[in-house]
Amino acid sequence: MPTRRQVFETRQRRRANLIAAGSTLAVVLAIVVLVPLAPGWDRVQRSFFNGEVFAKTFPGLLEAFLLDIAIFAWCAPIIAALGLAVAVARDLRTPALYPVKLAAILYTDIFRGLPVILVIYLIGFGIPGLGLPRPWNSPYIWGSLALILVYAAYVAEVIRSGIESIHESQRAAALSLGLSSSDSMRFVILPQAIRRVVPANMNLFIALQKDVALLSFIGPVEIFRQAGVYKSLLANFTPYVGAALIFLAITIPATRYADHLMNRQRKARS
Amino acid sequence: MPTLTLKNVRKSFGGNDVLRGIDLEVTTGQMICLIGASGSGKSTLLRCLNLLEPIDDGTITLDGTDISEPGFNPQPVRQRIGMVFQSYNLFPHMTAMDNAMLAPRRIHGHSRAELEPRLADLFTRFGLGDRMQHYPDQLSGGQQQRVAIVRALAMRPEIMLFDEITSALDPELVGEVLDVLRHLRAEGMTMVLATHEMGFARELADTVCFLDQGRILESGPPSQVFGDPQEARTRAFLSRVL
Repeated sequence: MPTRRQVFETRQRRRANLIAAGSTLAVVLAIVVLVPLAPGWDRVQRSFFNGEVFAKTFPGLLEAFLLDIAIFAWCAPIIAALGLAVAVARDLRTPALYPVKLAAILYTDIFRGLPVILVIYLIGFGIPGLGLPRPWNSPYIWGSLALILVYAAYVAEVIRSGIESIHESQRAAALSLGLSSSDSMRFVILPQAIRRVVPANMNLFIALQKDVALLSFIGPVEIFRQAGVYKSLLANFTPYVGAALIFLAITIPATRYADHLMNRQRKARS
Repeated sequence: MPTLTLKNVRKSFGGNDVLRGIDLEVTTGQMICLIGASGSGKSTLLRCLNLLEPIDDGTITLDGTDISEPGFNPQPVRQRIGMVFQSYNLFPHMTAMDNAMLAPRRIHGHSRAELEPRLADLFTRFGLGDRMQHYPDQLSGGQQQRVAIVRALAMRPEIMLFDEITSALDPELVGEVLDVLRHLRAEGMTMVLATHEMGFARELADTVCFLDQGRILESGPPSQVFGDPQEARTRAFLSRVL
């Protein structure tokens, strides 16, 4: 026998579900019915959602996407290491190391304050412009460096916020045992701080995965550039839609996973 | 022979005078209990002894060395003076055993294998034999606090400071932690405790110091401070807590 309360809650839930389903259906119907009524729909359908073009270009796009993954794969570990080093450098308290701390502060300020594409242009065109011999004029190297510099600055800030979120009493406990401040940081503060900011950093790496496409502006034929090539070749925009789908196939699961981690952490802490 | 001597120790936080001239002698093998209301300066005094807080004025000498000298390297002193906190402050990402091993491994360069038997023995003596591989969040408050004590003892300190170590515990867990202190007392450990456990202080302390507004208003053997307090404020405090 359900209690009065349970009967009431079941009814409420059923009602809420019904309303949600109804309003969703209304919106979907409106889109499906109204959008094709637009005067240019036929043209849009032909140039963006062309099945034939999609089938023809998709394998090529996938192949080009491997380059995105490769660039991501060599940038990510360097970003993590550099971000960690900069975060620790910003926390230095030794006067002799003040220049290092100052450099770390300047670095994060500058690279968090610039649009990614601008950094890619400045480094990607600027440094090869020095007339360096091969392979040191490669846009892969300097484009990657631009991504690394920008993203490591963000990662550093996230890790620093993690360091600051560890309660002072942990440091006091470590110091009271006679540990040096660097050992306290290395064995007590950092392991806890890094664990705490894993979800936030995952979001940054998802953003990085997307921003790899920006390197196409300085040369590498990765997926975005490849889609552009197909577009010019076939006079059709469907390859861009294909590229978008490939990105989403990676980023949506990754974002969900990061959200899941973040929720779990929030629950664990409350 | 006095181990730790405090002369006219003063400390203020942003214009708020927390310690206003503390004189105290801690002799080897002695147990000193600091009692007094919250905010009377007990915790700050202990943190100053461990050099976690620099003092503003006065001196603290350890075996004749002025350890309160500005610029004095606090690390060797902290290795000789262990401290246990009210909120345990265990490292949550390490097992009980790793909590206890960290400092001796890093500071003395001992290996796990060297430390394991000695620390396992310590854990077992304090009723934690089956809890060494547990993480702090898998332990009760009383167990966590006992791990914190083992962690401090792992460095073989000469003096132990205890900062209201039973205040965050449920009443039924207080006993198990006080038993550990009795144990240490029996072994002759030099101890300074800030505590609200008046019965415990009365039973075991050599000297009880009543702190009031950053001063030691009254001190002496427990029979005297508890049985025949001289100061009106001591009497008022004791009548509130006893």
